[in-house]
Amino acid sequence: MAEAVQKARVVRGRSRSSPRPFGALVWALPPIAALILFFLYPLALVVQQSFHPDTGGTSLQPYADVFASEGFRHALWTTVWLALASTAGCLVLGFLLALVIAFVPFPGAKAVARFIDVYLSFPSFLITLALLFIYGTTGIVGSFQFLTTPWGVLLAEVTYFTPFVMRPLLAAFSQLDTAQLEAASSLGARAPRIVRRVILPEALPALAAGGSLVLVLCLNEFGIVLFTGAKGVTTLPMLVYSKAILESDYPGACVVAVVNVLISVGLYGLYRVVSRRAGA
Amino acid sequence: MLVHSRKAKWAVWAVFLLLFLPLFALPLLVVLGASFATHWSGVLPSGLTTAHYRSATRGEALQALTTSLVTAVTASLLALATGTWAALAGAALKKRHRRVLDALFVLPVAVPSVVVGLSVLVAFSQPPLLLNGTRWIVIIAHTVLVTAFAHQSVSAAITRLDPAYEQAAASLGARPAYVLWRVRLPLLLPSLTAAAGLCFALSMGELSATMMLYPPDWTPLPVLIYAATDRGALFTGSAVAVVLMAATLLVLFVVSRVRTRASYR
Repeated sequence: MAEAVQKARVVRGRSRSSPRPFGALVWALPPIAALILFFLYPLALVVQQSFHPDTGGTSLQPYADVFASEGFRHALWTTVWLALASTAGCLVLGFLLALVIAFVPFPGAKAVARFIDVYLSFPSFLITLALLFIYGTTGIVGSFQFLTTPWGVLLAEVTYFTPFVMRPLLAAFSQLDTAQLEAASSLGARAPRIVRRVILPEALPALAAGGSLVLVLCLNEFGIVLFTGAKGVTTLPMLVYSKAILESDYPGACVVAVVNVLISVGLYGLYRVVSRRAGA
Repeated sequence: MLVHSRKAKWAVWAVFLLLFLPLFALPLLVVLGASFATHWSGVLPSGLTTAHYRSATRGEALQALTTSLVTAVTASLLALATGTWAALAGAALKKRHRRVLDALFVLPVAVPSVVVGLSVLVAFSQPPLLLNGTRWIVIIAHTVLVTAFAHQSVSAAITRLDPAYEQAAASLGARPAYVLWRVRLPLLLPSLTAAAGLCFALSMGELSATMMLYPPDWTPLPVLIYAATDRGALFTGSAVAVVLMAATLLVLFVVSRVRTRASYR
């Protein structure tokens, strides 16, 4: 008996902090090695290419060329404002829709929540494909060039990414104690006031987490922009693709890639810090 | 709960439907409708036909479907193995080391997939590993992109695992390998299958990295859909897109059956 207790204590000790830290580290090495070989090493090569192209010489010339070009500055601006506007749209729309599903439930609200989960497993370009039929040149609405403007991309991004905000929100709302709402309501608070003073503070962590995830995904979105076929809308991922594949300008593509990675990883790091602090 | 009067409730639901249906249901319905049509200039599609499906299920399209399925299954299994291994190894590490490991494995989510494609292309177009032009370069890129999601969901499941089971097994004399195989992995099975389904769906719809590196003899479905729409064959493209969605949903459904059977054990 005493031996069993002793052993159990040892086991528990191992699951908290290993008595053999070296062994645990060795076990972690194979997946890390695979990650380094297939992800970090290729990424390092991209950074190296951006400073030291195959054509020879180490210089900041590719950076100077890219930053000086009108196309790059335009793409950078388009990417950032599209991502910010899409995120804002997704947050507002996602909050409203999740609010109705959670607090004004109707028959079939569960099915709608299930539908949103399914929706997340479809690729983003399907939305643009559908919009091509609705707003395209031979489409339902008619032949105005809505889709080739940034507004078409904005509509597609808001449509596709809103469920990414709704899912964490619905999870947060399901943990909210409804007694709080009843209490506020019985004290005479109207619905807008309850939303503002009771529900919104509870939803803030989920909103922050979902919003920053959507911001990063929008900055990196490629399929939606590619499918619009719009020459007028160029985002950073699109620029990487066209420089590398269409123009075979690898140093230029690598420079744009480095800038894009810096923006996205910086924001994603911020997201991790925010969501950890929020306990999500 | 929030809105009490009957009238206000109906108003809220009407607004909900007005927002929800056009934004989320309409796109899928439009793609579905277009896949059966030859013209769409009015409100409803016209010239109903199943010819697009006949061409979407044979020849080039059938080959693309096989390509997508093989790529997605291979990539998800590889990603699941790597992600689960990393999550299990990470759970045994000290907190400081574990955070480094977690950060390393979520990094592919934050890096744009186009850049992942570019970097894989740059790295494996030169010795020592010359993979450019083979199917493996596509599979590697997909694996890198989905491993992060596998790792994230499995490591979240490990932290929720009740340690009492493995402690009981270990106290009865089971070796660590036996505890892992007979206790921890069966308990993790529901989240493992969920992670596999997620990885599969993501890989089936992956377009950005694939566009950077697909060889001519290894064209997955999304690339085919893009090629069709790019040359103006929107209706054929929608039929292929419906095939893609149906294949994804079918596999997800099968995977979710595995999950429910496991949770009854």
